Order: sequence, then structure tokens, then C-alpha cells
Amino acid sequence: MLDFPRWKVWSITGLILLGILFAVPSMLPPDQRGAWPRFLPQATINLGLDLAGGSHLLLEADAADAAKQRLQAMEDTVSTELRRMNPRIDIGDISTAGGRLSFMVRDPTRVDAAVEKLRELTQPVGMTGSRDWDVAVTDSTRIVMTPTQSGSVRALRDAMTVARDVVRRRIDPQGTKEITVINQGERRILVQVPGVEDPEALKQLIGQTARLEFKLVDLTADPNLVAQGRAPAGSQVLPLADGGGGMAVQRRVMVSGDQLVDAKQSFNQDGQPVVSITFNSAGARRFGRVTQENVNKPFAIILDDKILSAPNINEPILGGQAQISGNFTVESANALAISLASGKLPVKLNVIEERTVGPDLGKDSIRKGAIASVVATIAVILFMLVTYGRFGVYATMALIINALLILGIMAIFNATLTLPGIAGFVLTIGAAVDANVLINERIREEQRRGRKILDSIETGYTEASTAIFDANITNVIAAALMFYFGSGPIRGFAVVLMIGIVTSVFTAVNFTRMMVALWVRRRRPRVLHI
Amino acid sequence: MKLLKLVPDNTNIDFMRWRKLAVVLSSLLVVASLALVGVRGLNLGVDFVGGQMIRTTFAQPVDVEQLRGRVGQLRLGEASIQEFGGPKSFQIRLPKPEGGEAAANRAASQVRAMLEQQYPGARVDSVETVSGKVSEELATDGLLALILAMAGVAIYIWFRFEWHFGVGALVTLFHDVAVMLGFFALTQLQVDLNIVAAFLAIVGYSLNDTVVIYDRIRENLRKFRKMAIVPLINLSLNETLSRTIVTSLSILLALGMLLAFGPEVIFNLTLAIFLGTLLGTYSSIYISAPMLVFLGLKPDSFIRLEDDNPTAPRPAAS
Repeated sequence: MLDFPRWKVWSITGLILLGILFAVPSMLPPDQRGAWPRFLPQATINLGLDLAGGSHLLLEADAADAAKQRLQAMEDTVSTELRRMNPRIDIGDISTAGGRLSFMVRDPTRVDAAVEKLRELTQPVGMTGSRDWDVAVTDSTRIVMTPTQSGSVRALRDAMTVARDVVRRRIDPQGTKEITVINQGERRILVQVPGVEDPEALKQLIGQTARLEFKLVDLTADPNLVAQGRAPAGSQVLPLADGGGGMAVQRRVMVSGDQLVDAKQSFNQDGQPVVSITFNSAGARRFGRVTQENVNKPFAIILDDKILSAPNINEPILGGQAQISGNFTVESANALAISLASGKLPVKLNVIEERTVGPDLGKDSIRKGAIASVVATIAVILFMLVTYGRFGVYATMALIINALLILGIMAIFNATLTLPGIAGFVLTIGAAVDANVLINERIREEQRRGRKILDSIETGYTEASTAIFDANITNVIAAALMFYFGSGPIRGFAVVLMIGIVTSVFTAVNFTRMMVALWVRRRRPRVLHI
Repeated sequence: MKLLKLVPDNTNIDFMRWRKLAVVLSSLLVVASLALVGVRGLNLGVDFVGGQMIRTTFAQPVDVEQLRGRVGQLRLGEASIQEFGGPKSFQIRLPKPEGGEAAANRAASQVRAMLEQQYPGARVDSVETVSGKVSEELATDGLLALILAMAGVAIYIWFRFEWHFGVGALVTLFHDVAVMLGFFALTQLQVDLNIVAAFLAIVGYSLNDTVVIYDRIRENLRKFRKMAIVPLINLSLNETLSRTIVTSLSILLALGMLLAFGPEVIFNLTLAIFLGTLLGTYSSIYISAPMLVFLGLKPDSFIRLEDDNPTAPRPAAS
């Protein structure tokens, strides 16, 4: 018992001081953190959204929409590529029904050439030699392209990666905020934005796919058929964004939002809010040519398959700058500008879970949580002191060090403190003395059996250790499962419990043992009050 | 200085005398709890059934009926409105709206707009919207975590001790979890994600006492090979009694302060752990220890193992 080497004393003391050093920055009020010397640890504990205030959104990709968009993109590619062939291959009767792209090749002798070209367009997936689309010929002139399972999986994965970046750019165009945008599982994106006042604006920004297309209005369409939703071959009927029926437009996309470099909210001559867009050079050239060829014809501006407006082309627009008009307010024009500038979402995202906490509630929780933690610590300390005397003092010191170590370790790992985490902290304070209680009770017991002071202390520490170990392992098992299956706030609870179990065993066993050994060596007590 | 001794030295309480009565009472309690859960059901929060919960604080105390009427006028389905930690704070719960996510978002905006318009100075503290899909996942995950935690802990004890102890621990956990569920069914306190965390904490901490008592029983089995099992368990319970009381009191003291001074949002979570600790203290003495007798633990259960392997070190004789 007395044999407590100096290196051990130093390493225990050193570890404790290091832990406390890491705990300090988190306890300083944010405005005084600047005064903390630069060469010392800077890491602080993160506050969860339930304490800091902010919004948590879980977004899920609309898989049906993803498949549809992929099919549409393939349709565009196919018609462009086959038109570019020399001599061009004419196709017709295009259909995307049933999740497959099918069309007729008008000249039966060109079917093989078309299939060869289409195979080139598909991509290999993985090592097995499968490709992302199956190309098949039916009825000798009809080509059917079916997305393969592995191709769809990869396309979704790629789309989710792009979507994550787009979401980040939309919420935080300047890249200055401390937001979290991460992929979760195959189809989900988790967004955490601290301190947002208005989650509605946030959702508006994310909710728009922002697929912008310019298409020519089909002036040959029969208005009666359009009213029934039918359009001539090569055209389609799209709804107007402000309700009020539909309009027939050509299927072919003349210019798309992919060719934008910038979008800003501004006003037109009439003082109406509009979105001003700037094309890249290829887009500008294309936009110039299309407007040149179609002067005095209406040009439909289409956002997410809805027609925003169809202004007349009064003159060729050659500068690569255009205005999108529609029924905008300043806010909605601004949201659209941000969405367009950040690029379109490759897949529609739905909000499937939202948790928003106002900053006042969070502050209130922190204040009450801090008060409760301090009062709980004091209560347990008093209880220990009246129960175990000197050994209670050691248990108390262990308890305070334990609390600081929990904070220090949380800061080192940049762990997140949540509201349930505060409950975990207080629970740990109450339970941390358990190891000391086990040891002290055992010492009492051994003394009653007539052992000498040194002997009973020694036996107390060794005999209590198996119980301490087993009792704590059960808690670790429960906390680990809580961490694995839990979401945000609960994970915070589990983290505090796990760290608390480790630190409390360390302080209760190693630290108090050191204190007792030093005291016994110095004083050589004849009686033990415990 | 005279130190506080909650439990006098060398107690000799015949705990095991009441073991049959305790087991009968506990069984009745478990059956009643499960029946209560079956009949009344649990008041599941939006986390597990989907829907919306809006917490709001008004500048002045408001009339609940008037608020109920105004929320009702929005026609968002059957809303439930409860006071939450004071006459100015309320919790408005709305069912999952028909028409998917867009409708849910609109519903939250509508309530927010109504509150801001009708009650100047009202503050929306939090909005939680959980879709049916997510709530199903949360419920499955929570249940799975709870079952795995119970099984994991029991298996660990089985490995460290003997199978009797593993089964005893599992029965104890089942008792504690069932009675706590009964408590939530009886009080109709809302069961949300936090309560799952509380249950997992109870699984960890309720066994704390059990493990310490089992550890002592194991030690005494090795020490007093001739002693009959019932007096041996009684001896172990008495020897660990002081520790059981001190630790439980210290946990209850800390959690009691959190109940009194802590944030309202985690009141239910804290209350569950508080009651679970009380229950765990009782069940470690009256369920887990008697279970060993019922399962037929013999004084030689541990010795047999070590006699098979004579080279194994003897347990530290003390």
C-alpha cells in the first residue's frame, strides 16, 4: 500500500492536470476566450442544437424523381448524340413510360449503328463488366434502354454526393457558417444549422430542385388539345407556375441552367423583382443563336417542369445575360437566384424530419442545467463528507476532478454536449462515487474484521476492484448500444456516460489510492475514521 | 468527527425470508404493468408516431381553451395542447397531416403565424416535425437497442459468473423495464426518444447493484463452502447493504437536484432514471438474489469449475 512509486504519482498528477487544462476553454464565456493564451489547448465542447438553438433537417431523396430525372437526362443525351451522327439518325415515338426509354429508329438500316452509338454512351459499373444501362432492340426498329440495378444505385450515390454539395452552397453561399451537411445512409442528407431564426426560409432554399430550362413554345399546337393536356409530336404540355392551365412547348431543351455562371436578384424596368442570370461562354453562344433564329416568338422559361413565363423574344440576346421574369416577390426571386447560382439538385429532396430549437430555450436550458449540475455536485459532496470523513474528502476531490476530466476529454474529441447529455453528466456525478463507496465500505468491513489499518486499506482496494470492474462494464454495454442506435441528442447522453465511466474509475481508483497512500506514508495513522 | 452511518455495522436482516412474498408481489406488479400498457397504451410522442410538436412561450398567461379553439380553427386535425413547465408555456401537438411533407411544413407555418398574430410577444421555442417513415425507424431502433442492451448485459454476466446469474440479471431487467413501462402507461407521461435513453440508462444502472451483490455472493461461495445457499445470500446482502444504500442515495440525490432545478425538457428523462434507480435498488435485493435460489444455485457451483482444473490459482483467500 505504501509502495507508491514517484513516477506513478507524477503520471497520475500529470494526466489530471492535462485533462483540466483541456477543460478550461470550454468553461470560459465565449467573449473571454480570446484572453486564453494561444499556446494552450483551444478546443472546446460543441453545444448540440438543442442547447445552442438551430435547425436540424433530415432530407431524403425522392427515388422515383431521381429515376425520372435520370431517364430524362438519357433522353436528352440520346436525341442530341444521334442527331450529331453523320449522317444523322432520326428517331421518333419517344416514350419514357414504365421506367424505360424506348424509341423508333426511322431508318431500319441504321438500327445497328444507333445501338453501337448508344452502347458507347453507357458506363461500366464495378468489376463485373455490367453497365449502367441495358440496350435492347425489339420489333427490329424499336430500341429500349433500361436502367440496370447497379447503374441506378451508383447514379443515386453520385447524385447524393452532388446534392450534398449543392445543399451546402445554398444554405451557406459564402462558406462562412458553421453548418453540418453530411450524407447519411444511401438516400439521406443531414443538415444542421445553428442559430437559424426562420427554418421556413431554409426549407424553401432546399426544397427547390432548380432545374432551369429554356424551351420554344409550340405555336402549332391546337389550343383545344392543349387544354386536354395533349401536344403534337415532339412537344409536351407543361403547367404554368402560377396555376391557370398549361402551355405546349417543344421537348427539346434549347438552353439549360447547367450553363449558368451566376444568378442574382434584381428589378426589371417596371420595378418588378426578377432574377438576372449570366451564361458561360458556351451557354451565351447558344442562347444568342437560339434567340437570333426565333425573334418574335415566345420563349418559355421553365423551372422544375413548370413554366414561369414565356416572354416574346424581341431581339437577339447576344451578351449572355438574361432576365427571368415571373410572379416573384423579392424573397422568392432571391431564393431562386441562390438556388440557380448553386446549381440544380440532381434529385428532389423531401424534409422527413425537422427539429428546430429557438436560441432562448437553449440558453434557458444551459443555465438551468449548469445550476442543477453544480447543486447536484455539492449535494453529493456533502453526503460523501458526512459519510466517510477523510476518505470522503478524497472521494470529493476525485469527484471534482472527474467532472473536469469529463469536460476536458469532451473538448479533446470535440464531442457535442446535448440536453440529455446534461442529464448524463448529473447521473455520472451521482454514480461516480460508487467506486469509492465500494472501496470505503470494504475498508470499513475489513477493519471490523480486525485487520490492521494498512492491511484493511490494501484489501479494500483490491477486493473491491472486481465489483467495480463488472458493475461498470454493464453500463458501458448499455451506453455503447445507446450510442450506436441513438440519434443526435441521445448520442450526446451516451457519450457523456461512456466518458464518465472511464474517468470515474480512473479518479476513484487511481487518484484516491494515491492520496490515501501519501497520507498514510506521511502520518502513519493509528486509527482510521471511516 | 462522528461519521454518518446509514446502515449500522454487522446487520443481520433476514431478507430472504420474504423472498416468496416479494416474488409474488413483483410478478403481480409486472403483470399489472403489462396489462396497463396493453389496455391504456403508452402516450407515444411525435418521435414514435410521427406528427408535429410545437413548444411555445407566451408573454402573459393565456387561456388554454381559447388557444385550443384557435388552433382548432386551423383545421389541422386533432390537436392536443398541454401546459409545459408553467402557465405561460405550452406544448401543441398535431397529428401527421394528410398529404405528405409539404402539408406538414405548411401546418407548422400556419400555427406559427397564428401564434404571432393572436398573441403578441409569443415565442416559438421549438418545432419538431417527424414523418411517419422516420418515426417508424426511431421506434424500431429504440426497441432494438433496448432488447440488445438487456441481452448483452445478461450475456456478459453469464460469462463472468454462472448461467444462474445471467438469467437472474435478465429477469431483474425484465422486471424493471416492465414496471417502468407500466408507470408510463399509468401516468400517460409522454414517451419520446429521451425516454429510450432513460430506459437504456436504467438497464445499465439497475444492474449496478445486482452486479455488486452477485460479486459478493460469488466471493462468499468460494469462502464458505459449507454454508447453505439461503443464509449465504442473506450474508452477502447484509455485507453489501451499506454500499447499496449509499450509492443509490448518492445517485438519487444528484438526480433529485436535476429534477428540482434542471431544464423542463429533460424532466421526464430524469424522472424515469430516478424511479428506475429506486426500482433497481429494490429489485437487486428482492429479485436478482432470490432468483439464484429459485434457479437452483448450489454452494458448489463455483468450486466445481475450479476443481476440474487443479492448476488454476485459488481465489485470493482473505
